Amino acid sequence: MQYLVSVIDDKSNPGSTDRRPAISAFNERLIAEGYWVFAGGLADTDAATVIDNRGEQAVFSDGPFVESKEYLAGVWVWEAPDLDVALKLAAEASKVCDRKVEVRPFL
Amino acid sequence: MSDVEEAITRAHHDEWARVVAALTRRFGDLDIAEEAAAEAFATAVERWRADGVPPNPGAWLTTTANRKAIDRIRRENKRDDKHREAQMTYDDPPEPVGAIDDDRLRLIFTCCHPALAMEARVALTLRMVGGLTVPEIARAFLVQGTTMEQRITRAKAKIKAARIPYRMPSADDLPARVSGVLAVLFLVFNEGYLASGPDTDPVRHDLTTEAIRLTRLIRALLPQDGEVAGLLALMLLTEARRTARISANGELVALDEQDRGAWDAELIAEGHRLVRERLAAAAAGVAPGRYQILAAINAVHTSARDIRDTDWSQVLALYDQLVRLDPSPIIALNRAIAVAELDGPEVALAIVDRLAEALAGYHAYHATRADLLRRLGQSQQSRAAYDRAIELAGNTGETAYLTRRRDQLQ
Repeated sequence: MQYLVSVIDDKSNPGSTDRRPAISAFNERLIAEGYWVFAGGLADTDAATVIDNRGEQAVFSDGPFVESKEYLAGVWVWEAPDLDVALKLAAEASKVCDRKVEVRPFL
Repeated sequence: MSDVEEAITRAHHDEWARVVAALTRRFGDLDIAEEAAAEAFATAVERWRADGVPPNPGAWLTTTANRKAIDRIRRENKRDDKHREAQMTYDDPPEPVGAIDDDRLRLIFTCCHPALAMEARVALTLRMVGGLTVPEIARAFLVQGTTMEQRITRAKAKIKAARIPYRMPSADDLPARVSGVLAVLFLVFNEGYLASGPDTDPVRHDLTTEAIRLTRLIRALLPQDGEVAGLLALMLLTEARRTARISANGELVALDEQDRGAWDAELIAEGHRLVRERLAAAAAGVAPGRYQILAAINAVHTSARDIRDTDWSQVLALYDQLVRLDPSPIIALNRAIAVAELDGPEVALAIVDRLAEALAGYHAYHATRADLLRRLGQSQQSRAAYDRAIELAGNTGETAYLTRRRDQLQ
């Protein structure tokens, strides 16, 4: 079972910026224990572009699809046998990166 | 009730959770388990009337429900046939070896999983473990049947999609998960004991009874857990006073005005036995949790033949212990009531007034203040506090009681 783990930061109350070494160490462990599939940090939402090509022609708009204080700052994809395992790792992940995380299963 | 009807009612109480839990383990699907169990009970009504009650109703129901589940899967899942049938023709999967492995316990932990919203946990537990129908649960919580149906369907879909496991929590997680289960059961009990809603009966006997029944089940499954025993004792000692707590005209009767002869002696005896068991454990060095302390407080109240015989210093000592464990303003408020008995209303009022900010929206805060102010002869302020308490109280019996007390003020 794969889970998308979204890292959620808060523009008005951002998490600390010195988390890289801790996250790297956590990632090494995820790899060693077989949970790791993919991970990546995301550029600021200012760098996002939304494309809507459902109509006659593609419309591009500057910025993220939803404006909010909270935004997606990065993702993990984990392979875990069930939600309890994913939640346990996610609780650690939230501490390690000093941000909220959301766990969502892939279909 | 005929013998057959009685047998079916008893089997529903005793066997529903067992049947649903066994089927969930075998088929890995709450929907299939629930529907097959419901079909098996419906079939039992017909067949037992015609053929008599089988010698082992539980085994009969499990076998019938298993067949119903297999029929259903064959009917509905043509595409997956091969895969499913392979799974079904296996014998039951081997039980994991552990100190506690009961299907029903696994079912309870699944229904009370912390990844589900509290209201979904309550609904799912009452449906899957308690065997209440969706309309019954909807009525109990004053929501539309369709709303409750959606709530349960969504919870089951999340369990499936997110793969919430059907198993015992690990030893590390067990205490936290058990306390989550107890929180669900206490919520069901309290909703029954102090039912909310303007047109509701002040006490929902069906809910308090169900909460006690499910807590007894957890107690049977986890006999060593002190907080399970504590919660059961707390419920029993509270339930014992139920009939004395509401007057003939639906008004709440406060502890000091209750007819103690109307208390249920059997429930009190059972509750006291459990409290003594936990006191013995505490004497042996096992620190009691909040349900155990609350049960002990209730044991002091139910030991007194008259309100004047109440050992208030013991009540206060127990509240002091509780405050250390749970420094919430609500506990502090209840502690102040014991302080009023020992040191007088003035001392208690000073404590209560310090809670003003935290409890401004809580009816019991204003009701307690109103009572203390009344005892101090400050009628005008007391009246204002009663007004606020009446405004905030959600229970019809309590509203009636508070209104009478206010109107008695000089």
